[in-house]
Amino acid sequence: MRALEPWVEAPLQSFLAESSARLTLLMTSSGQVVAQHGFGRSLDIMTAAALGAGIVASTEELARLMGGSRFEALMHQGSRQSCMLSAFSTPRGRWIALVVFGPETSVGIVRLFFDAMVQQLATAAPREPVRPTPLLAEDFEHELDASLKALLGR
Amino acid sequence: MSKVTAGLDRVTRVPGVRGALIANSADGLVVAEQLMDGVDGRAVAALAGSLIARLARTAHSAGLRPPVFVHLRGDEGSILAAPGADGLVLLAVVGREANVGLARLEMLAAAGRLA
Repeated sequence: MRALEPWVEAPLQSFLAESSARLTLLMTSSGQVVAQHGFGRSLDIMTAAALGAGIVASTEELARLMGGSRFEALMHQGSRQSCMLSAFSTPRGRWIALVVFGPETSVGIVRLFFDAMVQQLATAAPREPVRPTPLLAEDFEHELDASLKALLGR
Repeated sequence: MSKVTAGLDRVTRVPGVRGALIANSADGLVVAEQLMDGVDGRAVAALAGSLIARLARTAHSAGLRPPVFVHLRGDEGSILAAPGADGLVLLAVVGREANVGLARLEMLAAAGRLA
C-alpha cells in the first residue's frame, strides 16, 4: 500500500485488512491518484484512475439528468472478481475509490468497511485549507512522474 | 403479509430477540429486516453472512454437510443463524436473557420456508 499523503495510510490500511480487497485506488474527482494498493505498473494506475474518474463523472451527470441525487456506489459483480466505484466527500474535497475484490470477501463486507474508512479519513484529514494549485503547472510531468514513483515505492 | 415477513415476525416475537433479518450469505446484503433501534442490520448481514459462507465452505472441505443452525455467543448476547435455500440465511440478534431454544425453533421453521 502506498499513499502520497501520510494521514491516508492508517484508514486505508485498516480498510484493506478488514475487507480483503485485492486492489484499491483512491483519487480526487479529477483523477489525481492519492493512494493505491495492489497495482504494479504506473500505466495501470493512470489508466484505472482516468477510467474511474470518467465513469463517476458520467454517472453523476446521469443522476443529474434524472433529477436525483448522486449515486452512492457503482458495483460490477463478476464470477471471479468484482469492482466497486464510489465517490465520497472528504475535508480535502470529493474523492473517488476504486476497489477490486474477489470471492474471498463480499459486497456487504467491502461496503461496510469502506464506509468506516470514509469516516476515518474525514477524522484524520488535516484541517488547514488546501493550497490552490494551477491546473497545469510548469513541472506537471515531473510531479506526475514523482507521484507515480512514490505510489509504486520506487 | 409475505412468508418472509411472517417468518421474521414470529422470530422477533420471541422474548429477548432484538431483531431478525434475512441476508444473502454470498454478498452479505440485507434482503429483509425487522430490527430494534440501535441494531445495525447492514453490519450483521455483512459479518454474519460472511461467517456462514465460510463455515459452509469449511464444512464442505471437511466432507461434512453445511450447518443447519449456528449460535455465536457473546458476553452481552448472541447471534443466531439458520441457513436456508438459495444462499439465504435467517439471522437473529438476541440479548443474554433471550429464550434461545424457542428462537431456534422459530428460526428453523422460518428458514425452511426461505426460497
